[in-house]
Amino acid sequence: MTEVCATTDEAVAGVADGATVLVGGFGLAGMPSALIDALIRQGATDLTVVCNNAGNGETGLAALLAAGRVRKVVCSFPRQSDSWVFDRLYREGRIELELVPQGNLAERMRAAGAGIGAFYCPTGAGTLLAEGKETRVIDGRLHVLEHPIRGDVALIKARVSDRMGNLVYRKTARNFGPVMATAATTTIVEVHSLVEPGELDPEVVVTPGIFVDRVVVTGDQEGPA
Amino acid sequence: MSRSVIEHLDRGPLDRDELAARVARDIPAGSYVNLGIGQPTTVANHLRPESGIVLHTENGMLGMGPEATGDQIDFDLINAGKVPVTELPGASYFHHADSFAIMRGGHLDVCVLGAFQVSACGDLANWHTGAPDAIPAVGGAMDLAIGAKRVFVMMTLFTKDGTPKLVRDCTYPLTGVRCVDRLYTDVAVIELGPQGATVLETYGLAHSRLVELLDVPLLDAPMDVPYAAVEGA
Repeated sequence: MTEVCATTDEAVAGVADGATVLVGGFGLAGMPSALIDALIRQGATDLTVVCNNAGNGETGLAALLAAGRVRKVVCSFPRQSDSWVFDRLYREGRIELELVPQGNLAERMRAAGAGIGAFYCPTGAGTLLAEGKETRVIDGRLHVLEHPIRGDVALIKARVSDRMGNLVYRKTARNFGPVMATAATTTIVEVHSLVEPGELDPEVVVTPGIFVDRVVVTGDQEGPA
Repeated sequence: MSRSVIEHLDRGPLDRDELAARVARDIPAGSYVNLGIGQPTTVANHLRPESGIVLHTENGMLGMGPEATGDQIDFDLINAGKVPVTELPGASYFHHADSFAIMRGGHLDVCVLGAFQVSACGDLANWHTGAPDAIPAVGGAMDLAIGAKRVFVMMTLFTKDGTPKLVRDCTYPLTGVRCVDRLYTDVAVIELGPQGATVLETYGLAHSRLVELLDVPLLDAPMDVPYAAVEGA
């Protein structure tokens, strides 16, 4: 059942050293900044972070990296004009990078959440990013075997949750949230607002509460839906 | 020399805005389209609203509108380049696995990408220069390159020092193998395929001059096929 937490510190309690943490967001849209700040206070280290980008500016994911808590980043696009924290750590050889095409990142987590052992995908076939991977020609086209990415923890952001953990998102801040919610042992969600069961139209629920373990209201989000 | 190459010799090369307009002209009305980060994004400025073209953005939206200004700016509503945009009537939002199913699954009619290099048979290199201190980043380029029904590339045909970017074999790391259908450049529009490169149009330079400047064999354009049939538009 979904637990409603009073604070972000309570929400991230128990994240272990060495954990794989799926972090939602595309740039700053959908980035669970309050949960990341709580994870920095919580102190878990030697983390593997799976996120589309590798942090922006000095806050959120960049601050977690700067605090030396992350051993490895799995992402599609670490190169941004304001990702200097990652750039420095990477150039100094202090952080490992697994670069994954964005669709493979999403689909590998989808596979983890859906109980799929691995899948053949044409993306990246014949490129550096497929080197060393098993391949197979299917319908005349080269495919690459891709394995699931499973998280111990997912930190995501949604617009509204009810007390059952049913989630709706806001605009393009949805991005990786619904996929990551399915792919982690413990899914933790920061939301703008919490409503009672029955207040969300079941037809518009994007992530059903069965995928959500903990919810915390942080409120600090963009304007009206 | 093929008769059916259209040589625009009464003018110079296309500037960036003219190139974007030239690409836009070949996108059929009613298409679902993804425009890559950077120069390809400017193609949107030349799509006619009445064309019914629907723009997809990889971060989970169909029906993307123009860049947001003033009070429209909402950081929950951004494009693949993380620039605030707007939504058009009939827009929809979806998560990343669905967004890349749209891209990889052959549902987009056209995508437009930039490139460092393209080979005559359509190999694409646009994600990594291989420079030792470069931070590699691929984003959705590999999924788009192999997934859209038609892949257009827009770029200058030569680097600033005059080196051709249309090559026999790419020297930069590949984004996709044999995936580019058509190349739009400042001086030529070139169809690519398993047989090689076919020049369809030139701007500010004769086809014969292009043959001298490029180190790839150029096929003769089909003589008796009307241009509209060649472009399939």
